[in-house]
Amino acid sequence: MSVTVSWQRDHIRAVIRLHKDKPGALLPVLHAIQHEIGYIPDNVVPLIAEEMRLTRAEIHGVISFYHHFRSHPTGRHVVEICRAEACQATGCRQLEQHAKNTLGIDFEQTTPCGSVTLEPVYCLGNCATGPSIRIGNQIYGRVTSDRFDALMDTCRDSMQEAG
Amino acid sequence: MATRIFVPRDTTALSLGADQIAAGIQTEAIRRGLEIELVRNGSRGLFWLEPLIEVETSNGRIGFGPVTERDVVSLFDHDFQSGNTSHPLCVGEVEAIPYLKNQQRLTFARSGITDPVSLEDYCQYDGFRGLQNALHLSGQQIVDEVKTSGLRGRGGAAFPTGIKWQTVLDTPDPQKYIVCNADEGDSGTFADRLVMECDPFMLIEGMTIAGLAVGANQGYIYLRSEYPVAHDILNQALATAYENSYLGDNILGSGKAFHLEVRLGAGAYICGEETSLLESLEGKRGLVRAKPPLPAIVGLFGKPTVVNNVLSLAAIPYILDKGGQAYADFGVGRSRGTMPVQLAGNVKRGGLVELAFGMPLNQLMNEFGGGTASGRPLKAVQVGGPLGAYLPESQWDTLIDYEEFSSEQAVLGHGGVVMFDDTANMGEQARFAMEFCKFESCGKCTPCRIGSTRGVEVIDRIRASEAADNNWALLEDLCETMVDGSLCAMGSMTPIPVQSVMKFFPDELRHGRQE
Repeated sequence: MSVTVSWQRDHIRAVIRLHKDKPGALLPVLHAIQHEIGYIPDNVVPLIAEEMRLTRAEIHGVISFYHHFRSHPTGRHVVEICRAEACQATGCRQLEQHAKNTLGIDFEQTTPCGSVTLEPVYCLGNCATGPSIRIGNQIYGRVTSDRFDALMDTCRDSMQEAG
Repeated sequence: MATRIFVPRDTTALSLGADQIAAGIQTEAIRRGLEIELVRNGSRGLFWLEPLIEVETSNGRIGFGPVTERDVVSLFDHDFQSGNTSHPLCVGEVEAIPYLKNQQRLTFARSGITDPVSLEDYCQYDGFRGLQNALHLSGQQIVDEVKTSGLRGRGGAAFPTGIKWQTVLDTPDPQKYIVCNADEGDSGTFADRLVMECDPFMLIEGMTIAGLAVGANQGYIYLRSEYPVAHDILNQALATAYENSYLGDNILGSGKAFHLEVRLGAGAYICGEETSLLESLEGKRGLVRAKPPLPAIVGLFGKPTVVNNVLSLAAIPYILDKGGQAYADFGVGRSRGTMPVQLAGNVKRGGLVELAFGMPLNQLMNEFGGGTASGRPLKAVQVGGPLGAYLPESQWDTLIDYEEFSSEQAVLGHGGVVMFDDTANMGEQARFAMEFCKFESCGKCTPCRIGSTRGVEVIDRIRASEAADNNWALLEDLCETMVDGSLCAMGSMTPIPVQSVMKFFPDELRHGRQE
């Protein structure tokens, strides 16, 4: 095990300890870990289990239940397209198709250069100005195909570096 | 004195570039040597005008919208900061816009007027008066006031709030909880989000009063992770409330304690169901619990718990300030007070409309909404989220009232109104209802977990004209099984939109496939 990894383990242990004594702490702990690493690696699960005195099965069960938690790394930008009814009424199905075509990936996939991960989301609460998407913590409304392309251009700056 | 210019900071305004506009206004004011005070207010909920920039003048606040970053220079060129109304984007005095003026805003009285995280603003506009009153009342007196108001849960199930509180008050246990259900997952709804982003102290005040009423010293706001802006604003407001003794061990010197924390969900629609939400708050998979026992008796961590929606708790400060009767004086029949309706989807003037119960749906969609955004004929309206019926034209005169909607086999729910024009494919919408349930089912009960998967398959066969009549009968049967056999509303209500399409748009389900 490399030095970096063991440092990470200590760091993650500290993150767990920061939250684990709250009542019902598992979700806050998982959020904190995903915030730190970008996802929840499988080899963190035994660490959480040990610190929180839970079984690995319990933790795996929770991670896999919630759509927000991921066991795999994502691209540098997570792009979520709202697929809920209000956005359907304003053309999200076409936007979704446009996104898949231009990025060349399906939902839950990452562009080969590692820049964009495309995910579905069911309602961003921006229902009067759809279609809506979310990139990181920023939500965008009235997203036409053109606006989508322009937004992807800003993500693509980092795309090109990887070819 | 510096001119006050307001640029909203709710999700919708931000999603349309409000931050860039705010920065542009600052830069341009400096460049021109103008002294301005930029206030980041909440949204009025007039979303078709967002970002709606307002300028404070002696004649009220003058609005400009929808503004883009490119308009900033020309706004200054037209001297907008002096209240000059000559710019083409000027909408005049904001409070005189009929959409806003014709509302009856009790819960949203402050929304868009104030800076959401300014305690001074909140108090200046009647904030914490309900709490001040509540501190001098017994728990029973507070509960009685809520009963008088006739308030029913605004989350969708519409259970009388006062009765729920009474149950918790009457349950002897030294530890009780107040849980705010802020998992607003229904498409077409954003009223909870607006409360949290535009007037978060109101929710804090409502929850604190609930704590005083039933004897709970700890509250949790269970917020969906899809609302990052609300998360940030709520946390700012909570910190300010603690600093100023509106929360903590000794609320305003009364010796009474109430603590409040925001907890983030993790992208599970089912966690809007109250028992599933409690499981999630306990750090588990959000599996639905069988009821009874009710959460009011065995709730969070096994303790008596009030679980209320954001809007229900947000109505409490008004009720404790103006009195339960003042609230009950609004509304019709057993639907008392006001209902914040959310106009969404394909709508020309989308946004939040708070009105006393009893307004016909079509009046809302036409007079407020202005019809569809596309200008094409309206075809169907889904009210009450993904588990609500698709209403055809014959039902558009239904009144906004829980019982009126039930009598139409429809759901008012949380008041989301999603409009679809004639390009909508109702067969596709019926399929989506099942697909959504398949995606979001917690999996605890069979009708929901397996029924939704089979539902998608049967609908696909009907749409592909494979033994359509037999499959139609099978779908009817499957829907009945889900309605009767599911453990919670997810499974038992998923058939509602499907059945509405079967009843009112049968041809589109049979022949509507567009590949």
